[in-house]
Amino acid sequence: MKKLKPLSILVHVGSLLPLAKLIFDFLTNNFSPNPIQDLEQQTGFAAITLLILSLAITPLRTLFNWRAPAKYRRVLGLYAFLYATLHVTVYFAIDYAFDFSLLFEATLEKRYTLIGTISYLLLIPLAITSYKWGMKKIGKNWKKLHKTVYLIAPMLILHFAWARKGDIFSLQGDVLQPLIYGVLVILFLVVRIPVIRRKLISLRK
Amino acid sequence: MDTKSIPLHPSEVTPKDQYLSRRDFLKQAGIVTAGAALLAACGTSADETPVTPVPQNLSADQETSSLFKELTAEESILSYNNYYEFSTDKERVAKLSKDFQSSPWTIEVGGLVNNPQNFSIEEILGNFSIEERIYRMRCVEAWSMVIPWNGFPLAELLKAVDPTPDAKFVRFETLADPDQMPGLSNGLYPWPYQEGLRLDEALNDLTILSTGLYGETLASQNGAPIRLVVPWKYGFKSIKSIVKIELTAEQPSTFWEDIAPKEYGFYANVNPEIDHPRWSQASERRIGELQRRDTLPFNGYAEEVAHLYEGMDPATLY
Repeated sequence: MKKLKPLSILVHVGSLLPLAKLIFDFLTNNFSPNPIQDLEQQTGFAAITLLILSLAITPLRTLFNWRAPAKYRRVLGLYAFLYATLHVTVYFAIDYAFDFSLLFEATLEKRYTLIGTISYLLLIPLAITSYKWGMKKIGKNWKKLHKTVYLIAPMLILHFAWARKGDIFSLQGDVLQPLIYGVLVILFLVVRIPVIRRKLISLRK
Repeated sequence: MDTKSIPLHPSEVTPKDQYLSRRDFLKQAGIVTAGAALLAACGTSADETPVTPVPQNLSADQETSSLFKELTAEESILSYNNYYEFSTDKERVAKLSKDFQSSPWTIEVGGLVNNPQNFSIEEILGNFSIEERIYRMRCVEAWSMVIPWNGFPLAELLKAVDPTPDAKFVRFETLADPDQMPGLSNGLYPWPYQEGLRLDEALNDLTILSTGLYGETLASQNGAPIRLVVPWKYGFKSIKSIVKIELTAEQPSTFWEDIAPKEYGFYANVNPEIDHPRWSQASERRIGELQRRDTLPFNGYAEEVAHLYEGMDPATLY
């Protein structure tokens, strides 16, 4: 058996913690008076947090030459997908109970749910092709495909911000959390721009 | 007597059926003995009990009795609160507001009136007869409750200060005390919280100032010691912990309109046809229920208030 590394334990335990909390809250009846919204918000928050963490790994290598986390990028991405799947399932199956007369308007005519739905659909091929057989199957297109996450992450920030009461572009209202996440996503993407990346690596050396 | 708001312990929360049977009993027993009966039912001694406005005239019209069966559990009303002066986290508000000082409390009523007055909360409770009103409460976030408020028509308070003919609007303001309200340190909001109504909306009989719910003194998280309740508008119009009421000639600016004018207008009438720009308002989740409900025009109060908006473009009434 492989020896368990502390970083590995941290990643898996940390990623499963939100799920454990949901199960605990369910068993102990510890939800707020609006439990369906709790489920939606907590799974959504876990999904976006883990996705952003998966984007932090390349910058960690660029900035600090820290390579150890690299192998957890896939794991973090897949955990993000797990929570996103729970999130979407709760929304369609429990919140709206597949009531398509309501869902059509609530989901397709509103930018915040529309962008969230599209983001989830875009995540599906990434999750499916994240293991070796998927990588082999699409060969050199794999990298291209997985770069769509650079588009998905900002879309999810908008989804997050637009679900709040406030206006993220005028910095008014309940926008602090999405704002912080948005800044992180921008930083993590900017560090990937080749010119900036090379500059940062040369500064480090 | 110490009238500081006393936080309710979960064990003190009234179960819905107990409240209902107590209320039926009150109806039969009449008003005079009701106070004593209430105390007995609570099992608390008089000196521990906050100033409890006992409902004076229990309305019994059709509407109220059907809403009666839908009452939201008091525990939910006390634990799920939008009160950003304390926290944007609904479940943290009760905890953060438990030491809130709602006494002494003065409401300054002035502006375009002939008889400006400062009312202490004791004067309010003494001068106006508190009645029970069971109203739907529809939050702009698409959840709703049914709440048995104790209060009195705002119109009665306005009568007492005698608005001048120039008065066309009423402006309300919430206390903004950074020592007690940690949420005020968040600079992303235009504090203090302020709200407004057109004078005819303010004078409508449905519009009340509430000092309690479920027969108990208003808890801090619900806007102690006195708040507005305008049941046909989204919940954010029903401003909490009021320190100032002002009659004005011009339409006052309001907290959420300042933040996002295209999303939260001055009127904010509940309307399933007019969506929030970012989410649908066609349905809502009633707290305590699993299935969504259709949202009603004017939150079910069209008969009482629709005439106020005749001739106005409905698209401007969000």
